[in-house]
Amino acid sequence: MREFRYRRPTDVDEAVALLDADPDAAYLAGGTNLVDLMKLGVQRPDLLVDVNRLPLGGVEPLPEGGLRVGATVRNSELAAHPVVRRDYPVLARALLAAASGQVRNMATTAGNLLQRTRCFYFQDTGKACNKRDPGSGCAARHGQNRELAILDWSEECVATHPSDLAVALAALDAVVEVAEPEGTRDVPFVELHRSPGEHPERETTLRRGALITAVRIPPLPAARRSAYLKVRDRASFAFAVGSVAAVLDLDGDVVRDVRLAYGAVAHRPWRAYRAEAELRGRPFTPELAGQAADAELAAARPLRHNGFKVPLIRAVTVRALTELAESRR
Amino acid sequence: MSAGAVGRAHPRLEGPEKVTGTARYAVEYPLEDVTYGWAVPAAAVRGRITRIDPDPALAVPGVLAVLHHGNAPRLSPDVEPELYLLQDPAVHYRGQLVALVVAESIEAAREGARQVRIDYDTEPHSTVLTADHPGLYRPEKVNPSYPTDTSEGDFDAAFDAAEVRVDATYRTPAYHNNPMEPHATTAQWRDGRLLVHDSNQGSTAVQAALAELFGIPRDSVRVISEHVGGGFGSKGYPKAAVVLASLAARQVDRPVRLALTRQQLFGPIGYRTPTIQRVRLGSDADGRIAAICHDAISQTSTITEFAEQTAVYTRSMYAAPHRRTTHRLVRLDVPTPFWMRAPGECPGAYALESAMDELASACGIDPIELRVRNEPTVDPDQGHPFSSRNLVACLIRGARRFGWGDRDPRPGARREGRWLVGTGVAGASYPARARASAATATALPDGGYLVRINATDIGTGARTALWQIAADALDVPPERVTIRIGDSDLPPAGVAGGSMGTASWSWALTRACQELRDRLGHHSGSLPPEGLTVAASTADEIRAQKPMARYAYGAHFVEVRVDAETGEVRVSRMLGVFAVGRVVNPTTARSQLIGGMTMGISMALHEEGLLDERYGDWVNHDFATYHIAGCADVEQIEAEWVAEEDSDLNPTGVKGLGEIGIVGSAAAIANAVRHATGVRVRDLPIRLEKLAGSSSFT
Amino acid sequence: MQNRSGSASIAGDERSSRVAFTVNGDRRELTLDNRTTLLDTLREHLGLIGAKKGCDHGQCGSCTVLLEGRRVKSCLIFAVTLDDCSITTVEGLAGPDRLSPLQEAFVAQDAFQCGYCTPGQLCSARGVLDELAEGWPSAVTEDLTGVVRPTDAEIRERMAGNLCRCGAYPHIVAAIRETAGER
Repeated sequence: MREFRYRRPTDVDEAVALLDADPDAAYLAGGTNLVDLMKLGVQRPDLLVDVNRLPLGGVEPLPEGGLRVGATVRNSELAAHPVVRRDYPVLARALLAAASGQVRNMATTAGNLLQRTRCFYFQDTGKACNKRDPGSGCAARHGQNRELAILDWSEECVATHPSDLAVALAALDAVVEVAEPEGTRDVPFVELHRSPGEHPERETTLRRGALITAVRIPPLPAARRSAYLKVRDRASFAFAVGSVAAVLDLDGDVVRDVRLAYGAVAHRPWRAYRAEAELRGRPFTPELAGQAADAELAAARPLRHNGFKVPLIRAVTVRALTELAESRR
Repeated sequence: MSAGAVGRAHPRLEGPEKVTGTARYAVEYPLEDVTYGWAVPAAAVRGRITRIDPDPALAVPGVLAVLHHGNAPRLSPDVEPELYLLQDPAVHYRGQLVALVVAESIEAAREGARQVRIDYDTEPHSTVLTADHPGLYRPEKVNPSYPTDTSEGDFDAAFDAAEVRVDATYRTPAYHNNPMEPHATTAQWRDGRLLVHDSNQGSTAVQAALAELFGIPRDSVRVISEHVGGGFGSKGYPKAAVVLASLAARQVDRPVRLALTRQQLFGPIGYRTPTIQRVRLGSDADGRIAAICHDAISQTSTITEFAEQTAVYTRSMYAAPHRRTTHRLVRLDVPTPFWMRAPGECPGAYALESAMDELASACGIDPIELRVRNEPTVDPDQGHPFSSRNLVACLIRGARRFGWGDRDPRPGARREGRWLVGTGVAGASYPARARASAATATALPDGGYLVRINATDIGTGARTALWQIAADALDVPPERVTIRIGDSDLPPAGVAGGSMGTASWSWALTRACQELRDRLGHHSGSLPPEGLTVAASTADEIRAQKPMARYAYGAHFVEVRVDAETGEVRVSRMLGVFAVGRVVNPTTARSQLIGGMTMGISMALHEEGLLDERYGDWVNHDFATYHIAGCADVEQIEAEWVAEEDSDLNPTGVKGLGEIGIVGSAAAIANAVRHATGVRVRDLPIRLEKLAGSSSFT
Repeated sequence: MQNRSGSASIAGDERSSRVAFTVNGDRRELTLDNRTTLLDTLREHLGLIGAKKGCDHGQCGSCTVLLEGRRVKSCLIFAVTLDDCSITTVEGLAGPDRLSPLQEAFVAQDAFQCGYCTPGQLCSARGVLDELAEGWPSAVTEDLTGVVRPTDAEIRERMAGNLCRCGAYPHIVAAIRETAGER
């Protein structure tokens, strides 16, 4: 690990200015991913700007409904929040399915969203990875890629986004509040992460130095019936092999609204708009859920070792929606 | 023997230290002026180092030295090729430890290691084991000294003539031992003497190897291993860390702490070889086996030959007049495989006990009944009598306790909600052996006793069990006995491995204690201040043992549930019933057996070294990507044992517990998965996508 | 985000920081390389060897300690960030004269073998007991808005971040359940 300078700014502007001034600087929040990557030599910042003590904590109900979650709210704190548990089970479930109790006590809301892929090749500086080392190639494309993308990958990168929380936020149409040197702005959550394309080293649409200060979750009464199903290789403490976040709003048998997002299938949390369109306005049946998943997954291009993810995501989609539909009856 | 400590449950003697964080492991001894080592892995697979540039590393603040083949102290080349470290520029596998940075801090050492520049001349490499690899050869023997191949009768003819035939190939991947404490050493030289605190399974062997490597007398080396954070075979012989730390301490003339990183435990310290195993069973319609054949393929390295005894399990497990076993090896450009919990028996039993289940299905008979029908009366391999053989007793007791009798044998017949439920059984055996050891027993003037032996407690409970055994042998309450282990200054003893620890050590201790009692019986007057000490060694006695088939046995019963849609597998229940001779301490015995079974769950469902042949190493070299079973994976698990008196073993009548818990366990899980889903998984681990054929997976 | 240049160019006085925090009730003040993790601080600078280094990457749980009463992985925290914080390690779990009930239960249940993961298991278990008492849900809690009970399934899930290669899991669960019952 490279030596680094350490700063602990007291306000957001100072933090943003510090990052903006140093191309090798990085924000440090929970550290659960950054410290790991620094030890591996994957990230080598020369300055760490500690944002943990910025006034970015707290979970506030918003006047118009919904929640505003501070960037440094720990994952465990958010999962235990009574409003989250009552109004957004999909969010609580996604948080609780992630990592371990210790990591959830450390990891922050914003840090979770900006965590980096767990692709083997990205994490090993001895192996080719365009994301880590642009232009070096993608060893995963024809390597051990069982865990990696089936959708929207490029020849340059087949990585997946590892977050569970992000999948739930994609389904909930969250909004990210961002501080930049020029001021603050809102970014729709589904626009936060990028497709890999030719530049997998660029993972978000944020400019360098931008600091996520909060995540707003809009009111969505239907989310009281929502689910996050995560399939993994160990009963707990494992990244998803595939996951589905679902919100289902039925009017009688007819799908009034539905939100679906997939995890561990693409470079970004994958909002399944095509599947949603298939479902909306039609009487819900498990068969329809399967057709909807098929519509979404028609674009899937499995890699050598992950073809199983297509039927897996389909099956989990059907299960998630069917269980929600049945819970309404 | 009226004290009766043996057989009684007792908490571990070192329990209070372990729960308060005061038990010291290898790199936890307070030291002045300590430095830190960090090993540098080779980035080439096969070839040689053409140039090492240590300067960027030496420029890192705090870095003191970079050791490599060009400057490291010389070692004897005659000890063990694996330990001939930093002596020549040859690279035999990716990840080979080819340099060592020593620094004032861990932080500087880590960064220094990253900055060492190494150039290589590389050659094409081969790192993947295949059944048709052109390099396949027949080794002279397999570990530790078994014949490579065996044959009796006419297997081919009997198999061809059999009414029911099973011919299946099973594959197991590379498994990595992953003790929680990495291989770690603190080394210091003082006046030509070497003192190391080291994490190993037997410091007598470490002492001997270091003395030979550095060309110094054995008594100039002291190895202390008071507490060891697990080994599972990987610390059964000195490995890289202790040699590198000793080299570095000599070079910088300061104490060096070196712990390998978790990533470095995937290779340089050994691993369980991948296997490809073809098993053929031919029987009559009633399941009586006429022909049995087990052909095993595994890998070794270009450094030294390690020939795992994968098919040896099949030689003695079930009766059949016509039998054959073979072993073939390939030298690949990989790290040398090494011992991992029940080397040979563990993967071998997965294959044979799976094949037995396939035969039971093919014959339409119960898999327990099949095993009972093929129970041998003498060892089918050597013809020797069994010292005791209670496999059937384990099966019968287990069947009753598990509720096997109600089982509907049809696969895929039981569904509970989203879950397909199935049960499976497998047999298990592991040799009960002993190694020569020495011990002393001392009667002290204050009425206490001190027993000393260089045993190692790697978590087995050996310290406590030996203390109980010594108390009984001395016929005194255990509270009057003090035991000292884990120091090469103590009487030499064999490693904690091969399920031989307690058998070997208790033998020597018992003889010393018995002799001391005799001497005390003839002693009059008070004892001298230093007490009265007698020493015993068991070398002659063990050599004189009559040939017999000595084995521990076991039976695993497993219930799994498999998600009918996702293929996720959970082990709902696991019961192991074992015949392990006398159980010294039921508390620690149960823990050890459950631990082996848990590692079996891990093997069956989780563990798999994923090799990338382009790079020549395992890409999943950490705990996030190489999964081992976690707390949530172990639901209901129980181990128990049948009463067994075996007077042909050793004075205490113990068989060893370290390996038998894992042998057969993965097969029992695979058999249960097959019962639940109808899918037979012949290549571990049982990943969810392999169950895509189960009933409603679409 | 990445920088592939070598190390250099950080002025000596900027490489390290003065930091003060409380460990097991004792105030500690020291100057540390900014890169030093809490785990290495405890083990190499404060002589507290209880917290263990099993993986150094947050993947095994052996280094678990309590930070402001919450269980965390000390290998993933730079000590420099901990000014004025309060840390409890396994060395701080016992009372002055006797083991805590949790430690006693671990010994009685034989909830460890080699003992290397044990300090992390204990600190994690301490955190779990508090999280249960506060009603925090887990991935296996059926009713997110209901009462949380210390069932075996709950304890197994909550302890999943602490690996034990010896396989003491069922005994660890039993020890925690027993301790939870006492509260």
